[in-house]
Amino acid sequence: MNTQAQYLKAIYLTQQQEDGPASTGDVADMLDVSPASANEMIGKLENRGLLNHEKYKGVDLTDDGIAQAREALQNYCIIERFLIEVLEVEEFRAEAKQLEGVIDETVADRLDTIIDRKPQCPDCFDPEGDVCGLLEVEAEITSD
Amino acid sequence: MSLTQPVASDHQLARLLQIGIVLEEVVEARSAKHAEETSGAHEQAVLDLLAHAETESAEHRRQLEALIDDLEADTVPFEEIEMLVEAQYEADKDFDGVLYDQLCNEETAYKFYDDLIEAIEASDVTFTIDRERLLAVLSDIREDEADGVEDVTDLMEDYQ
Repeated sequence: MNTQAQYLKAIYLTQQQEDGPASTGDVADMLDVSPASANEMIGKLENRGLLNHEKYKGVDLTDDGIAQAREALQNYCIIERFLIEVLEVEEFRAEAKQLEGVIDETVADRLDTIIDRKPQCPDCFDPEGDVCGLLEVEAEITSD
Repeated sequence: MSLTQPVASDHQLARLLQIGIVLEEVVEARSAKHAEETSGAHEQAVLDLLAHAETESAEHRRQLEALIDDLEADTVPFEEIEMLVEAQYEADKDFDGVLYDQLCNEETAYKFYDDLIEAIEASDVTFTIDRERLLAVLSDIREDEADGVEDVTDLMEDYQ
């Protein structure tokens, strides 16, 4: 996943949480980058037709932007599930964040052949928990 | 899209090599399953290709395991991955499906190693493992994967 995909995913999740446009500040917070960096990337994504940005109102993904964001989110879910189910990584959130910039979607598709991902993915993603809401091992891992 | 972030630590390198091993194990297990499904047929060239893919992935896995040993990280035993592949496996009913899956295997592996090499080269971290040896092993494997893509596409053309 590249930077563009990470931004689209963050905007998509922020919009879900807000049930409306996402503020650039919230997007920057989610990605742990400066507001200036977020603004610059949001400008590029707007030029690519992936979102609309209105000053003081926020950012709204276009249909193309939503499609790409959902794909990025799905890849992230694959990485998280793979880390938990196959490699049994306790710090799976932190590691998934590091790996999402490193694992290509073609590789994620192959990893997907050995994990138990649900058909409703990525709609079952819980942005606050930063993990699939249907993941059963969640409680075990976090209680360690 | 390619790896845009350099490998940041021994830990991340070990994790990426673990993923490489799992990818090889997936190829190995799926090739064996495909061969089982194909065994009744008389398409020897496909069976030869699957046998070669299975052997080559096992060899790549051993090479990656040797690297991981030096980083003192664990690997996932092949038997575990074999079970996971078995659990999710859906048999392809025709040769096109089998060959297409093999093509995905080879292309994915090539992309993975190509990206990994790029990310190691972009990194200024001093890894516990010798960087030249690491890159030499990964480059050799990448070359095998490129040959693998060519072998599958040649065979696909033969069947057209």
